[in-house]
Amino acid sequence: MNVAVLVKQTPDTAELPKVTVAEAQSGELQATMVINPWDEFAVEEAIDLSDRFGCETVAISMGREGETDALKHALAMGVDAAVHVDERVIDGGDEWATAEALAATLKMVDTGDQVELVLAGKMSVDGNSSVIYAGVACMLGWDLLVNVTRIVDIVDGKLIAEQAFEGGQETVEVPLPVVISVAKEINEPRYPSFMGIRKASRVTIPTLGSDDLEIRPSSTTRWTDLDKPEPEDVQVRIFDGASVEEKVTQLADALMAEKVI
Amino acid sequence: MSLPAIIYLMPPSPTEIDTNPHYPELRRAVRQLCARFPSEYWRRLDAQRAYPVEFVETMTAAGFLGALIPEAYGGGGATLAEASVILEEINRSGGNAGVCHAQMYVMGALVRHGSDEQKERWLPPLAEGELRLQAFGVTEPTAGSDTTRIQTRAVRDGDEYIITGQKIWTSRAEYSDLMLLLARTTPLEAVKKRTEGLSLFLVDLRGADERALTIRPLETMINHHTTEIFFDGLRVPAANRIGGEGMGFRYILDGMNAERILIAAESIGDGGWFIERAVAYANERIVFDRPIGQNQGVQFPIAQAYTHLRAADLMRWHAAELFDGGKSCGAEANMAKMLAADAAWEAANVCLQTHGGFGFAREHDVERKFREAKLYQIAPVSNNLVLSYLAQHVLGLPRSY
Repeated sequence: MNVAVLVKQTPDTAELPKVTVAEAQSGELQATMVINPWDEFAVEEAIDLSDRFGCETVAISMGREGETDALKHALAMGVDAAVHVDERVIDGGDEWATAEALAATLKMVDTGDQVELVLAGKMSVDGNSSVIYAGVACMLGWDLLVNVTRIVDIVDGKLIAEQAFEGGQETVEVPLPVVISVAKEINEPRYPSFMGIRKASRVTIPTLGSDDLEIRPSSTTRWTDLDKPEPEDVQVRIFDGASVEEKVTQLADALMAEKVI
Repeated sequence: MSLPAIIYLMPPSPTEIDTNPHYPELRRAVRQLCARFPSEYWRRLDAQRAYPVEFVETMTAAGFLGALIPEAYGGGGATLAEASVILEEINRSGGNAGVCHAQMYVMGALVRHGSDEQKERWLPPLAEGELRLQAFGVTEPTAGSDTTRIQTRAVRDGDEYIITGQKIWTSRAEYSDLMLLLARTTPLEAVKKRTEGLSLFLVDLRGADERALTIRPLETMINHHTTEIFFDGLRVPAANRIGGEGMGFRYILDGMNAERILIAAESIGDGGWFIERAVAYANERIVFDRPIGQNQGVQFPIAQAYTHLRAADLMRWHAAELFDGGKSCGAEANMAKMLAADAAWEAANVCLQTHGGFGFAREHDVERKFREAKLYQIAPVSNNLVLSYLAQHVLGLPRSY
């Protein structure tokens, strides 16, 4: 059993507010592009599973031509291989077409053994659709687990995991193959080591184009408008008082006056 | 992928001044690690005069401090340019690479001139972080920059050398397991050239005879953990001599270009931190109903310091490129160090001036970084000696000292 992990390259969260509508429309973002922070949890879990079960790991990302920083980061963290999918393999850019292209890629990836587990972060900091991995599971006809906080074991072709839901947690067992989205509670992603960065810098990441996939997924949705909300006018009040109790009382009064509590 | 419609509003980040586009992934990785050691961490250490054990251990575990050790010995096999990025980013983040930079360049002598047996014995544990080699004993109270006049003696006695003498400004000796030591093995009067007769030793400070080795901390204006060291008959195995007897001066000269370039990078990092802070404060500080940065009297010095910093950085990259290409780079390494140290000091002054009285408040960190940035105009080589070197060796002017 081998493990694939889906990663996305997104703007650095600190720079997201600087992204303009024009940049978003053209896709020519000026922001520093990094691995989607949520996907780092998935990469870390893939590496951990590799240590625990001796499986090979491959990171897959779809993006613009040459946009491989997220994959390099995953390699620097410790995944064994990476595959880049040129976004031009799909017509448009919606989640369904993206999932179709990624599923087609997963069928092609040769890691020496079958990929039976696909990991993904639970969302992306820019799109926040949280459906790509569900689409991939659907296309592949695999089971899907979401919001997984712990992979307990993989034994006899079955995966046992804990997943969180609103107000609780459950332990589930699913047959392989399976697609899993991970929650941030699952681990603490490692920082790439210097040796990892060096190793990643030497890797030539293969890119798959339309000719490789032999399909042409088409988006069913189109943008008709794109808008960016104006920043809210935030007011800052500092409560001054002789004691902590006095300051807290003022704060509580203000919160009640604003109907926050 | 094009960015979908929802763009989240996040808190604005502080103004980031782009000082360098090289090695973005390495830069980001170091920044991520350094983010775990924010300004409060360094401020607390500074107040307590404490050594950043946790920081050094974290950086070592991530392979950053063993970057210059060859991969065959478990290190990173980095180019000097890459290593310089690591130190630059530490200072750029508000930290102080001075607490650990020697781990990078001191071991250069061992890598280049140590025997295979010495390298196999010492380099893997250094790369792993099991051992620290952070101390370099060269300077003496009476010799100063005139290294050939050092008086610490190493006298051969069978399979050992007996060390007697005194070193000063040996930093981090209290926090290092090993120390590289330069001592005279042949008296000055007995050598043809005064650069001869000096030898380099790897001294194991762990469990050293306390009667023969005394390390005394020196209080300074920065948290640099520097010491003076007294040797009174300390026995060091002859097997710990690096390279040939009497060749030590050549070996340390060999490593100085690397040291200069790394220090230049630290100053570039400092300068970037100062400029960023100055710009942020100039933009947010409102006096007379407008940001103080709107005044040319405030913005011009910042812009000028930034210009000088960027120019110094070009010399740093030029010197690093020559070094990594195996080419002669003595002049460029020295010029890079001087230009960068001066640019960082200019930026430090501008930053403090921009902050006005608040710059003196410890909580802004400007005064701490200000004190730290000054060091590199003086150490590891005074900028005046850089000028002397350039005047004599590059321009062909008479030796002035």
